[in-house]
Formats: sequence, structure tokens, C-alpha cells
Amino acid sequence: MTEILRVENLKKSYNGFLAVNGVSFSVQKGELKALIGPNGAGKSTCFNMLMGQLKPTAGEVFLDGERITGMAPRKVWRRGVGRTFQITGTYQSMSVVENVQMALISHHHRTFAILPRAWRLYRDEAMGFLDTVGMTDQADRPCSVLAYGDLKKLELAIALAHRPRLLLMDEPTAGMAPSARIDLMQLTADIVRDQGVSVLFTEHDMDVVFAHAHHIMVLNRGELIADGNAEQVRNNPHVQEVYLGGGTLFKEASHA
Amino acid sequence: MAFFLAQILTGLANAAALFLVASGLSLIFGVTRIVNFAHGSFYMLGAFVGVTLMDILPGHVGFWGAILLTGLAVGLIGAFVEIVVLRPVYRAPELFQLVATFGVILVIQDLALMIWGAEDRLGPRAPGLRGVWRIFGEPVPKYDIVLIAITPVILFALWYLITRTRMGTLVRAATQDREMVGALGVNQAWLFTGVFALGSALAGLGGALQLPKGGADLLMDFNIIGSVFVVVVIGGMGSLPGAFIAAVIISVLNVFGVAYLPQSTLVLMYVVMAVVLIVRPYGLLGREEVAGEHGQVGAPERPIRPYGARGRMVVIALLAALALLPLVADKFILTLMIDVIVFALFAASLHFILGSGGLVSFGHAAFFGGGAYAAALLVFHTDTPMELAFIAAPFAAGLLALGIGWFCIRLSGVYFAMLTLAFSQLVWSLAFQWRSVTRGDDGLVNIWPADWLNATAPFYYFTLAMGVGGILFLRHIIHAPFGYALRAGRDSPRQAEAMGINVKRVQFAAFAVAGAMAGLAGGIFVFSKGSVFPTELEIAASFDVLIVVFLGGVKTLAGGVVGAAFLTGVEDWLTRLEYWRLILGLLIIAVVIIAPEGIVGSLRTLWVRIRHIEEEEAK
Repeated sequence: MTEILRVENLKKSYNGFLAVNGVSFSVQKGELKALIGPNGAGKSTCFNMLMGQLKPTAGEVFLDGERITGMAPRKVWRRGVGRTFQITGTYQSMSVVENVQMALISHHHRTFAILPRAWRLYRDEAMGFLDTVGMTDQADRPCSVLAYGDLKKLELAIALAHRPRLLLMDEPTAGMAPSARIDLMQLTADIVRDQGVSVLFTEHDMDVVFAHAHHIMVLNRGELIADGNAEQVRNNPHVQEVYLGGGTLFKEASHA
Repeated sequence: MAFFLAQILTGLANAAALFLVASGLSLIFGVTRIVNFAHGSFYMLGAFVGVTLMDILPGHVGFWGAILLTGLAVGLIGAFVEIVVLRPVYRAPELFQLVATFGVILVIQDLALMIWGAEDRLGPRAPGLRGVWRIFGEPVPKYDIVLIAITPVILFALWYLITRTRMGTLVRAATQDREMVGALGVNQAWLFTGVFALGSALAGLGGALQLPKGGADLLMDFNIIGSVFVVVVIGGMGSLPGAFIAAVIISVLNVFGVAYLPQSTLVLMYVVMAVVLIVRPYGLLGREEVAGEHGQVGAPERPIRPYGARGRMVVIALLAALALLPLVADKFILTLMIDVIVFALFAASLHFILGSGGLVSFGHAAFFGGGAYAAALLVFHTDTPMELAFIAAPFAAGLLALGIGWFCIRLSGVYFAMLTLAFSQLVWSLAFQWRSVTRGDDGLVNIWPADWLNATAPFYYFTLAMGVGGILFLRHIIHAPFGYALRAGRDSPRQAEAMGINVKRVQFAAFAVAGAMAGLAGGIFVFSKGSVFPTELEIAASFDVLIVVFLGGVKTLAGGVVGAAFLTGVEDWLTRLEYWRLILGLLIIAVVIIAPEGIVGSLRTLWVRIRHIEEEEAK
């Protein structure tokens, strides 16, 4: 396996407080990798530095060997990194399918076109991506009336429209009903398998993480304390201490 | 050296009133997020109320007592305005409240005219402080020294109030997170009223304090509002020490400007502001404004749709009626319609960046007037044929927008609005003071269209073709990928950037397009009137078009056009009355309160509701 993303000694400090303190890891091609950790561990900060929403204080990020540290989000996106956010940021004034069409317009470098009618452009293609996430029946609804879980699915469709090599998903299932969580992660796992996309995601729901992730990283107080498969992470004494103060953890989760 | 020092002292004295008014505006904005255009009106009220009270109350106690009473009175007026006008519209879309405050300006202007008459009032001298003190041989008015001493005291008192008292704690908390303060059981409505009253009182105090130096007149409100915005922005929105420093800088610079560079006086402060904002985008002591990504209140937005068959029929019928109008209408009606179309195009161009892009420009008149001046200057100085000069108007305005936009687009929200205001003032002062080229307030006259257009009906058709063409062009762009990208950047800049859209560049291009279209409107305008004056570039002109867009409805595509037609029509009819400002102001306030979605938005809501009832009955 070759690596798609390599992170070296990433640091972020806010007025001397180290939110992320020297994190290094890599994501392999075709891998579904989870980044977990307690609240305030630095997961979102870490994520935001990968795609340029935040500038790292120190450290490097490489995408497929190319240095992308501190690059603007839109440039990272052009290089094939898609992302979904913890709090969705879809376009309220557009319909569901238009949200995907917008991504396709940008994908095809037509952002500055003033002649064509936007809602006619790439509509079929957009419907295809909505089909992937099972949302064709809602295509023409205004985005502002969608249920939260559907917004998350829409975000996924938007991210897929760019045919990303790497997908960053920040708490993709937060705020969803338990059954919907499993569905969404199953969908993500299918995409990883069928399209060869690599996915890095943060998550609070351990059922979701241990059921689907190929590898799991654990972040605590800005430092990576574990990186391995489910078995290794589960049996890591340091992780157990962080999560349960020494008790056993994730035993129940393992048969999800 | 002594002269130099005297100049500085004069500047410091002038800073007193400016700081008072600016600190009030800054406080109000910080807590309520209302950009209070009417703040200059409270300053003017302070001056008039102060003069009246000083006439009644005698002696030392009377003078200083009158100033304090004035503050109290204007504070009460402010509280009244807040409760009656602003409280009903806090939930309206962002910045909609500023339309209401504009209505307040008009109402106060006419009320002041009714009560105090049109004559300027001289302020009384402060008792015991009539003469001058000699400092290094230079005479410095005693009252100036007193003002210089008072200002830091007021700054300290305000600082104490904000940082050391319970009310101050609440105010600061509300500045950071209104909802949280409400959730903690603080009565937000009264907190807002209190802050608005305090801010108004400060403006009133400023108006009264400057009386011995300036007096009171009916133009004070607009004369100061520009400087006040400049001070608040240079200092940083919401920062009292910042407002103080900025007030001092601006006042001192002004005094030196008058002494050494008289032509520059109007431009100077806007140059300073532009430089400060370019170096420090949030003012000297301001902090970055966190844009509310998800803080939108009000009804959820629906996607824009091109008109269906019925809508298209209505538009075609309307255009046909406009095309046939010269057959039945007289010259007066046609001239009025030309005004309506010109203003509609102007409004549509602002609506384009405001509605789709979320860019609230306070200086859009720069491009309208810029286009008009470009064409007029070509005709006036080089005898350029009308056709060529006309084409130059949108190009010149577009270029101007590229230049101004390059600086402004990097800011957002209120800072963006303020910087556009500064640049438009810069353009205005150029037209006003560069007399050798622009002839100043004498304006450029005899700018008539070519012979084949030089009659009412042909020019009407010309206007119709250009105006409607421009409006349709803008509408087409809104439905094109570029317009969608612009809206994407407004809805969620973060998502747009994570989707490869260069939000700032899209906004920059849109700003230039809007500028060019405003310039086109200006081009039609100048040839329809045969002249152009600096008034077309004034703040009031920018506000007019802003109000029209808000009145028509920001979130509806037809908003700008309908609002423009409405206001031009109403204004034409109203201005024949003596107190038309009062009526217009009340009308604007009424529309704001009754129809916060704007005229078109409210009609649409009504239409949807009727349709809904019909469907229910059909079942």
C-alpha cells in the first residue's frame, strides 16, 4: 500500500496553549481511517489544518508526496481533497440538487461562466451523486427544509462530486439517529471499497468507529497516543486509561 | 512652533464632540448590531435642544445644566425611537434596521424644521469662558481648553461604566453573545433600549457641547455622520479608546488640513480611513468580527427560480405597456418614467451584490455618479460625441469599481460597508473640490444627447432599451453559474472555499459588474438631465438606493426594481408637499414594520398564503 496523506509533527498553538502538539501519521490509499479522542483533544483543529482552514504553527502535510501545508482550502480541494464539516455548511438558498450542481460547476472550472443557466448544467450528473447517497427523491426541495441527517448525506454527495482521492469527514454522524449512523457509515465504507477513495474521519460514536474503520488513531490533549487496528487500539492500556481511567473499554462495541 | 501648538489644541477641542457622537454610535452598534444612520440626527437634536434650554436657563448653572439636560432629553428621545421603531424589526434580516433609521432621519429633519425653523442658530458663549488664553503668544479660546479637559473625563467615565459596573458587564456580554445573555435571564429588550438611549444621549451631549463653537443648523446631521462613521471605523467598531484616538487624529488632521492644504479638507479623513483599513482591516483597536455562519434569523430561504409562464407573461405585458407609453402619455409622464427606469437599473445593480452576494455597500452612488461624471467630463472638456461618452460611462464606473473593490472586498460586513462609504466620499470630494476639472458644486452643464435622441420620446426609448437591457443582463447573470457562485459565497463562504470557489475573487468580479451597471444608469441619467452635480455622489444618494433595495426586498429578484419604481413615484408625488420628508420617513418606517420582507417579499408571502387557502378549499 502507498500513502495518500502524510502528516509530520503537526502543531497548533493558541497564545502558547498547544491544541495540537506534534502529531504525525499517514493515511494509506483505499483506507478508511478514524481519528478519535475525548472532547477538546484537538481533532477538529487537526482536521482544519489538513485542508487549510487553519494554518499550522509548525509541521508539514503532504498529499500524495506533494507539500500542501497551509495551502488555501480551495487549492487543496483542487488537488483532490473533499471534506464535510461537523456543522453542515450547505447553501441555504439553493435546492438539494443545485448544491451538488454547484460543486460540479466548480469541478468543471465554470465558476465564472455567465452565459449558461446554472440549473441546467450537470443536472443528470448531480442526480447520479444524489442517487449514490439515496436522496434523489428530495432533489428539488429547498436545502433549508432538510432534516439534519439528510444534510449530512447531501454534504457527502457534494464532496463526492469532485471525485476526491481523499475525503475528510469531521463527525459525519453527529446529531443523527443511531440507525441512520450505521447507514451513513456503511455507505461511506461502500464508497471506499468501490471507488478507491481514502477516508479520514473523526467520530464520537464508538459503534461506528469499531464497526467500519480499518485503522484507528486516538488523540488526547493534542498528542497521538495510539495508531493501529481495532484490536491494537482496544488493548492499548494508555487508551483505556484515557477513556475509562483504566477500566476495560470497547468490549461491547466490538460486536456491533 | 506656537502656531503649531495652537493648531493642535484647536484640533483636540474639536475632537470632543466628535468623540462623544462616535462613542455613542460605537456602543449602539456593538450591542444591537444596528448601524444607526440617525445618529447624526440625535447630534443635531442635541444642538437645537441645547440652544433652547440655554436661552431659558441663566448663568453658569444654566449653561452646564442645559448641556446635561440636553443629554437626558435626547437620551429619552433615543429610547422612544428604539422602542417604537427598532424593537419591532430586530428579527428582520440583517442590516434591514438601517432602513428604519433612515426613516428616522427624515422624520427628525422635518420635525426640527417645524419646531426651530430653517434659520441657523448661533450658540451662546459659555459664561466665564468668553475670552482667550495666550499660550506662547497664540490666542486659544478658553472654551477650547475646557473641552480638551472634559473629553478624557468622559472617556474615563464611559470606560468605568463599561468595565467596572454591572450594566457594563451586561453590555460587554451582549456584544459577544446576545442569545447567551438572553438565556441567562437578562431582559434583552430593555438592555438594548438602555444602550440605545445612552448612545443617543452621548450624541445629544456632543451636539450641545459644541454649541459655543458651531451653533445649530439643519444640515448638521448629514455633515457629521460621515466623520462619525470614519472615526468609529478607524478606531475599531465597539472600541471606546479607539474612537477617542481616532477622533483626535481626525480632528487634528482637519485643522492642519485647513491651514496648509485647504483643497484637501473633505478628502483627508477618508484617505486616513482608507489607509488604516488597508493596513489594519478592523481599525486601530478593533477586533476581527466573527461572521455569523449559522446565525441567520427569519424565514428559511427558498431557492431562486426563473419566472414561470405566468410571471413571464406579466413581464412581457409590462414591457409592452412601457413601449406603447409614448403614444398616450405626455412629456411629464415620460420624463418621470425615465427617472424610474434609471433608478431601477441603479437599484438592480446594488441589489445584485447585496442580494446575491451579501455585500452591503454604503457607497454605491460613487459608481452611478462616477459614470455620469465620466460621460459629462468627456463631453464638457473634449466635446466627445454623446454616443462615445455614453459608452464610456459604464466602463469608467467599472474601472472605478475594480479599483475600489480591490481594497474593499478583503473586508466583510460592516467594515466593508464603511470602506465603500469612505471611497465614495473620496470620489464625492474630488468632484466637489477639484474645481478646475469638475467645476465643483456649479456642476457640469449642457451635457445633452445627440440630435437623434434629443427629444423626450426618442430618449425615452433609448432609456427603455438600455435600462431594461441592463436589468435583464443582471438577472441573467444571477441565474448563471457566476451568480450561483456569488450566492454560494454568501450562504457559506467556508463551504464555497472547500469547493474550489475563490469567494473573494467572485465577489470582486461581481462588485465590478455592479459598478459598471450603476455607471450605465449614471450615463443615461446625465444625458436625460443635461447636467450633473456632486449631489449625485453624496452619501444621501448611496443611502437612497440602499433603502430602495431593502424596501423592495433583498431576497427577491425583483426587489430592487420594484422598490425603485415605488420610491420614485411616491417621491415625485410627495415632494410637492411642504413636510414631505416627514411623510416619507413615516412611510418608510411603516413599510419596515409592516413588511419586513420588503414589498415584493411580503406580496409573495401573501400570494403563497392565498394560494394555500384556495387549495385547502378546493379539497
